[in-house]
Amino acid sequence: MADAAPDRSARRETIVLAGLAAAALACAVLYMTIGVRGGWAFVLPFRAPKLAGMVVVAVAVAFSTVVFQTVTRNRILTPAIMGFDSLYVAIQTALVFVFGSRVLATLDADWRFIGETSAMVGFSVVLFRWLLSEHGRGIHLLVLTGVVFGMLFRSLASMLQRVLDPNEFSALQDLLFASFNTIDAGLLGVTGLASGVCCAWLLSIHRTLDVLSLGRDAAVGLGVPHARLVTRLLFVVAVLVSASTALVGPIAFFGLLVANLAYLAVGHRHRPALVASALIAVVAVVGGQAVLEHALKLGGVLGVVIEFVGGIAFIVLLMRGIHR
Amino acid sequence: MQSAVESSGAGRGWLVPAGTVIALVVLSLASVLVGVGHVDVAALLSGRADPDTLRLLLVSRVPRTAAIILSGMAITIAAVIMQMLFRNRFVEPTTAGTVEAASLGLVLVAILAPGLPILARMAAAASVALVATVLFLRLVERIPARSGLIVPLAGLMLGGVIQAVTVFLALRFDLLQSLATWTNGDFSGVLRGRYELLWIGFAVAAGAYWVADRFTVAGMGESFAANLGLDHRRIVATGLVIVSLVTSASVVTVGTIPFLGLIVANVGSLVMGDNLRRTLPWIAVSGAAFLLACDLAGRLIRHPYEIPVGTVAGVLGSALFLMLLLRPGTRLG
Repeated sequence: MADAAPDRSARRETIVLAGLAAAALACAVLYMTIGVRGGWAFVLPFRAPKLAGMVVVAVAVAFSTVVFQTVTRNRILTPAIMGFDSLYVAIQTALVFVFGSRVLATLDADWRFIGETSAMVGFSVVLFRWLLSEHGRGIHLLVLTGVVFGMLFRSLASMLQRVLDPNEFSALQDLLFASFNTIDAGLLGVTGLASGVCCAWLLSIHRTLDVLSLGRDAAVGLGVPHARLVTRLLFVVAVLVSASTALVGPIAFFGLLVANLAYLAVGHRHRPALVASALIAVVAVVGGQAVLEHALKLGGVLGVVIEFVGGIAFIVLLMRGIHR
Repeated sequence: MQSAVESSGAGRGWLVPAGTVIALVVLSLASVLVGVGHVDVAALLSGRADPDTLRLLLVSRVPRTAAIILSGMAITIAAVIMQMLFRNRFVEPTTAGTVEAASLGLVLVAILAPGLPILARMAAAASVALVATVLFLRLVERIPARSGLIVPLAGLMLGGVIQAVTVFLALRFDLLQSLATWTNGDFSGVLRGRYELLWIGFAVAAGAYWVADRFTVAGMGESFAANLGLDHRRIVATGLVIVSLVTSASVVTVGTIPFLGLIVANVGSLVMGDNLRRTLPWIAVSGAAFLLACDLAGRLIRHPYEIPVGTVAGVLGSALFLMLLLRPGTRLG
């Protein structure tokens, strides 16, 4: 490839990625330093774990969304819109239901996460393989089915919570529902490790992912074991969704936003797209939280803002007919 | 119903309507008798019931049952009207942003004019719901490809966007708790004197039955309606006002009940066919029966506690919605 054109686009790509990395770093510094009063010894243990948690969530959501869109060959599908994270919440609740809240509360956070994630992987791979095999019936049916599945999981979770113990219902909600403001620092180690391994693997097979995005027939023709690869990718997506949901709870449209922005910035090749989407996600979460929490004193609304912007973006994508 | 004779299954045309009415009667009796406080049926029938039991029935059980029947019928009729106006089987107040807009209206009232009487609150909720539904109608008209499934999808997302605004305001003004009561349907707070607004919603919905034909015609398109000498815009506007009023009446008094109208209307047209003039009353009766069944289930699953009817209907409703979607032969998008 000695042409001038690919060379120029490669340079453009490098510049864009470097710019995004700088922006992400700036946001992290901003988040750590804005409005700091008193010594670092006081601020650091407060803000550092939250920053780390937000970075893990951002990277996990970005990677899982891009990979999921490659598997489904579609730009409006994301794991969250298809109900993956509601499934995780339902599984969390179901495990509390089966084993009792007292047992789970005394259990180590790491082990609880591992147990929940294993159940999640088993369930979601079976469910979504089946759903994706319905893909032939039309993309809108697939998305609408996913959305309604998400509602079913959410209603089931809240039903189980009520059945479990209507009086301690709100106490249980603290155990189950995290948010950007209450990142569960106890889970940082295990979720960070799990997401790190998954993301490293995805980056290492970026060329195979490029081939996969050509579609099933082309990929099989080029020697990609399609069925096995898709199962493994769904497995990884399930782990990444579990990590981000365990840390901050469901965030429906976040992945949709960052993945589509990344395609706009660097195109569809997987190495730059994965890296760019992760960096954009860090900028959005860390920068957004820095501005909202420390500058505007609006803690707790980042998820709502993402929901608002993402919902509008989804409708726009839908109206434009961009389904690819 | 004289037109039952004309239908193809003339011999059993009365079976389904009779079934729905019997179900409604049985479920209503059950709803009046089931609860934490004991009701002695034998004493009641022989006229020797003690005053406490009578008071329990008149203040709590009967109003609750009435509220369920009224809102079940009204919501179902509103959903059917929406399906006709949007020409889409999967549109109803909870898949078009109407319900979310009604609760946004309530939050706005709670912030701007907290002292308003309940009728004014309902009017405010209805106006916001009307604005959102008109917005959704404009949106649907701009959808490029005629795909039946994009419409509810866009509606659900629009609902999410409106809900985000509502949650933001509620967070800022400390109203999350009030918001929770409007977004999850629950009849446990219904007592005499606290549900009468539903009569208005029901009356409006029942009035809509008399002009049901016009909605069918309006659903066939603007030029078709004009050909028949009907003012398309006025019919659509009437329909949307009715839907907004019914929705806000039920959101103000009992909260949101997801997918109720969608499920009942679709199953109803599967079983009874599409002649709405004939089937609408029975579809409405089935809506009330379905809601009664959900409420009873919520009361019985963890007796003596209650699971809100909105949660029960959410589980049943989304499961049935999925079955409708994945049924072989669903029109593809």
